[in-house]
Amino acid sequence: MDRRDFLKWTGVVGASAISSEARAGGKIDPDGPEFYGVLVDTTRCIGCRSCEVACGTENSMRIPDVKNDGALEKFRETDEKQWTVVNKFDTSKGDVYVKRQCMHCWQPACASACLTNAMKKTEIGPVTWNGDKCMGCRFCMLSCPFEMPKYEYDSWNPKVQKCSMCYQRTSVGGTPACVESCPTDAIIFGHKRELMEIARVRIYNHPDDYVHKVYGEYEAGGTGWLYLSAVPFEELGFRTDLGTTPYPEFTKDFLYSVPLVLLGVPALLSGLNLMANGAEDEDESEVYGE
Amino acid sequence: MNSSATTTTKSSQQGLFAFLLSQLKPRGKLLTPFNIISVPVMIAGVIILYIRFTQGLGATTNLSQTNPWGIWIGFDVVTGVAFAGGAYIVTFAVYVMKMEKFHPIVRATVLNGFLAYMFYAGALVFDLGRPWHVINPIIGNSFGYNSVLFLVAWHFMLYMLAELIEFSPVVMEWLGLKRARRIANGLTLAAVIFGVSLSSLHQSGLGALFLMAKPKIHPLWYSEFLPVFFVVSSIFSGISMVIIESSISHRVFKMQLGPGSHEKLDDIIIGLARGAAMAMFVYYFFKALIFIHDGQWALMHDGWGMWYLLEVLGFVLVPMVMYAYGARHRSVGIIKFAAGMTLIGILLNRLNVSIIAFNWNSADTYVPHWMEIVVTLTVVFAEIWLFRWIVCRMPVMREPGKIGSPNREREMRSLN
Ligand code: SF4
Ligand code: SF4
Repeated sequence: MDRRDFLKWTGVVGASAISSEARAGGKIDPDGPEFYGVLVDTTRCIGCRSCEVACGTENSMRIPDVKNDGALEKFRETDEKQWTVVNKFDTSKGDVYVKRQCMHCWQPACASACLTNAMKKTEIGPVTWNGDKCMGCRFCMLSCPFEMPKYEYDSWNPKVQKCSMCYQRTSVGGTPACVESCPTDAIIFGHKRELMEIARVRIYNHPDDYVHKVYGEYEAGGTGWLYLSAVPFEELGFRTDLGTTPYPEFTKDFLYSVPLVLLGVPALLSGLNLMANGAEDEDESEVYGE
Repeated sequence: MNSSATTTTKSSQQGLFAFLLSQLKPRGKLLTPFNIISVPVMIAGVIILYIRFTQGLGATTNLSQTNPWGIWIGFDVVTGVAFAGGAYIVTFAVYVMKMEKFHPIVRATVLNGFLAYMFYAGALVFDLGRPWHVINPIIGNSFGYNSVLFLVAWHFMLYMLAELIEFSPVVMEWLGLKRARRIANGLTLAAVIFGVSLSSLHQSGLGALFLMAKPKIHPLWYSEFLPVFFVVSSIFSGISMVIIESSISHRVFKMQLGPGSHEKLDDIIIGLARGAAMAMFVYYFFKALIFIHDGQWALMHDGWGMWYLLEVLGFVLVPMVMYAYGARHRSVGIIKFAAGMTLIGILLNRLNVSIIAFNWNSADTYVPHWMEIVVTLTVVFAEIWLFRWIVCRMPVMREPGKIGSPNREREMRSLN
C-alpha cells in the first residue's frame, strides 16, 4: 500500500517536471514573429546622451541634466532609476562613447531564472518585467551575465528595473524612444537578421574602421542588442569572456535529471527497503517501536 | 447509556484542551544563559524586520546591484539547508535500510530537520522584495518551470510536508490520539522515500542555483558539477550536524533519557562517523578529479588558491581522516571534533560559492550589515526555542512511550 501510494505521488510530481523539460531553456518558436533588436554603431555615437533623456521621459524614470551633470567624466552603470547610460572610454583610437542597457538576450538567463515568469522574453524580442508576478527574489540579477536587472533596495515594494526595449511602443509597431532620439543614427532598430546584414556591410565597406566582430552576435548565446566598434571590445568595458552558450543551457542538465530522479530514486529505495526487510512482511505498527 | 457516552467524549475533549493549555506554560528555569542572550537578540531581530518591511531591504542590508544575495540566502538558506541534511540520511538508514541502531535519534533528527527547513528556508521570505507574491509560483498562475529556484522552492515545500508526516506520530502520541497515530505510522515509509528523493533534488538544486552565475564565481568554486558537490556534501554535512546536535541534546535533556542511553549514543555516533568518512571520500575523490581535469594547478598561485586549499584540505581532508580514525579506534571525542570541523568546512564552502568567491573579480565587495547578522541569529535562536519547547513536551528524546502508559494517564488525569 505504501509503495503504490508514493508511486502515485511521484507520478504527479514527475509529470509536472517532465512537461517542464519541453519548456526548459526557452526554446525559440520558429514559426513565431522574428525578434527585434537594436544595432549600436559606437563609431557614430557623439556622446550627446539624447537617448538617456528620451528613455527617462518615455519610461517615467530619472531624466539626467545632460548639460550640467558632467556624468561622462566617470564610468557609470545603469541603476534602478535609469535604464540606459552612455559612458566615455579613452581608447587607442581616441574617445569612444558607448550606450549600455539590457542586451535583450536571445535566450535570457534572467527569464529562465525567474520562478514566476515575471521576467519574460516576449514574442517580438524585448525582455520585459511584470510587477504583478515578481516576488523580488533577485535570482534574475544573480543570473544575468551582463548584470542588467537593477533593484529598488530603498522601497518596501521594490521593482526590478531594466530596459524594456520600449515594449509599449515596439509591441504596436513603434521604435524605442532612444532610437528615435538619436541625432546621428548611431542606434538603429530592426530585426536582428537585417541588423546583422547592415553591420556586416559596414565592416565590409570600411574594413579599417571597424574590428571585424559584432558584439552580441554570439555572446551568451546571442543578444538582441548588437555593437560595432573601431577598437577591441575589451577597451569599451565589454566582457568578452562570457562564452557563446545560451545561459539557460547551464541549468538544462540539472532540470532534465529531475524527473529521472523523482521516478528512479523512489524505485531504488523501495527495492533497497525490500532487501532490508528480507523475507519478513512489513509490519505497520512496528515503525515507532511499539 | 447514550448520554453517558457523549459526556465521556466531551470530558475527554475538555481534557485535551486543558492539556494543550497547560503545555503552553514554560517549563524549567527562565533565566538560563541561553535565554538571557537569545531574548534580547530576538527582540532586536523583530524590530529590524519591521524596519526592513517598511523601508526596504536597503535600510537593513548591505546588498547592492552587483551583490543581490547576502547572508540571508547564503547562510540561512544555502548553508542552513545543507546542515539540515541529517534528516534525510537518518530516515533513510532507519526506515529504508532498517538500521535499527539509529532508531533512538530518528525523532530528534526529523524534528530538527523539519524546524530547520521551516525557519531557514522560511527566512527566505525576509529576503523577498515582494513576499506577498510568493504564492504566484505555488498556486500556478505563473509557473516558471524552467527556473531552478522554482524547483527548489517546490521541493522545499513538499519535503516539509514529508517531514511533517514523518514526525506526526510523535504529535499524535503527545495528544493521545491512538488511531490517528496508527494512520500516521502507516504513512511513514512512503513519506521517507518521497522525502529522500526530494532532498537529493533540492540539495543539489541549491548548487544548481549558481550555475548561471558562471562569470561571477571564482573558477575554483564554479563547476558544472556544483549540484553533485552540493548533494554529496549535504550527506556528511547532515551527519556531522546530527553528531553535534545529538551530543548537545543528550546533555541538555539528560533527565528524559533512560539508563544505558549514553553507550547507545556512542555506538550511534561511531556508526555515523563511518558514513561521514565514506561520503567525504567520495566528495574528495570527485573534487580531485576535477582539480586535475580542469588543470586548477594554475589557479593556486594567489590568495584565492590558498583559501581554496584551506577549505578542501583543512576542512574536508583533515576531518575525513579524523572521522576514519575515530571510528576505527572508537574515540567519540575525536569524532565530535571532526564533526565540528566538517561543519566549518561546509560553512566555508557554501559561503564561498554564494558570497565570498562570488563577484571575486568585482570592485564591489559585500560584507553583511550587522542587522543582517542579528536577523540571522534571531532565526537560529527561534528555531532552538521551538525545538526545546517541543522536546520538553512531546516524546522526542524519551523512550517512545506507549499511549495509555501509566505515566501519561497520570498526566492527563492530573489535569482534570
Ligand atoms: S542582458 Fe540580462 S536582463 Fe537583459 S535579457 Fe539578457 S539576461 Fe536578461
Ligand atoms: S526578482 Fe522578480 S523578476 Fe527577478 S527572478 Fe525574482 S521573481 Fe523573477
